[in-house]
Amino acid sequence: MKKRVPLLITFITGFIIIVSFFVPHRPFGQLETETLIWYAIIFAFTLVIGVDSLVRLHIKHIRKRKKGWWYSIVFFAGFFYCLTIGIISLIQTPNIFQPGTVFFYGYETILIPLQATMFALLAFFVASASYRAFRARNIEATLLLIAAVIVMIGRVPAGYKLWPKLPVIANWIFDVLQIGAMRGILIGVALGAVAMSLRLILGIERTYLS
Amino acid sequence: MLQIISVWIAGGLTLCIFSFLYGDNPVYKFAEHLYVGFSAAYWLIYVWHFTIKQMVINPIVAREPGAWMLIIPLFFGVLMLSRWLPERYSWISRWSIAFVVGIGAGIIAIGQTQGLLLPQLRATILPLATGNWMTNVNNFLVIIGTVSTLTYFYFSRRETGLMSKFSRLGIGFIMIALGAAFGYTIMARISLLIGRIIFLFGDWFHIIKPL
Repeated sequence: MKKRVPLLITFITGFIIIVSFFVPHRPFGQLETETLIWYAIIFAFTLVIGVDSLVRLHIKHIRKRKKGWWYSIVFFAGFFYCLTIGIISLIQTPNIFQPGTVFFYGYETILIPLQATMFALLAFFVASASYRAFRARNIEATLLLIAAVIVMIGRVPAGYKLWPKLPVIANWIFDVLQIGAMRGILIGVALGAVAMSLRLILGIERTYLS
Repeated sequence: MLQIISVWIAGGLTLCIFSFLYGDNPVYKFAEHLYVGFSAAYWLIYVWHFTIKQMVINPIVAREPGAWMLIIPLFFGVLMLSRWLPERYSWISRWSIAFVVGIGAGIIAIGQTQGLLLPQLRATILPLATGNWMTNVNNFLVIIGTVSTLTYFYFSRRETGLMSKFSRLGIGFIMIALGAAFGYTIMARISLLIGRIIFLFGDWFHIIKPL
């Protein structure tokens, strides 16, 4: 029951999805679209599990007065504020994800600036990482450096001012040299993903059960 | 008035996050925890609205044909919650995980073959005598780049002689691709940074003209 039933479920669901691709007739035809919806529904429940685990962790921090426990109070402040305005907006309007609702106001005021700044902050860390990565120690590192510099300068107006051919070269790197290598990598990734999927469906790969 | 409050909150939070450049500090941690808490609740609301309400409740209430089939994902979804039960029963959640893994594996096996593997292979089969020498050279480079990269990732045989040299050429192509991707990523991050700076100095401080 603990191992065989899950293996059987994986096999049957995976097999049905593959069969539905080759048999475009009822009941298999619509199954692929249907299962994507099922996937999203089960994902909703996994999200509840994830959020529950997060909430439990912060409750534990507060109870045990762990170092920096008051940040957990900040977590709950943000959590309950968003949850409250979300529920209120859900009661008031049918679509809360449109401008004008309290929920959207909170989203625009808190989540968007925090998220955008988090990613913008990465610019500084990527810049410092590039300083270490771009040192031309050998031919490979030199190629990396040249490609990155041309792409960076070629994508801004200053690059065009510097040398009008620079954006053309940057595009050529993207459309020809990069495409070649990326295609090789993508073909490898696709082959790996298909192999792993078949291992899962056939029950050879069982790590997800541990 | 609401707009002004919104700009001040957003501006303050932006500065809180940027304070991390000085080092890990309480102001940054405050914003970080607020972000985690807010986004956790945001995703709960999002999933309720777009998944549970639109994909489950609405079809059942409207008695759409085939809505009874939603019992299957709901059943496995509820089983997922058995993780909350004592260890004696929590293993039941494996059934839901197995269901999700099965669907995912099936979709990936088909999707990757149909959507990635075959189109990429098809796109690599390029003509080398088009009448335009530049196109010919470019097509040749794409083919060589793809094959040499694949040679580099071929680990089933020891690379010696010509294969080793070809594989080394593949490393060159990979490095150029990574360099280009890296440069592109930096530019994307910098444009986000510019966006935040325009917000701070334009919308908030009114020092520069907002876009």
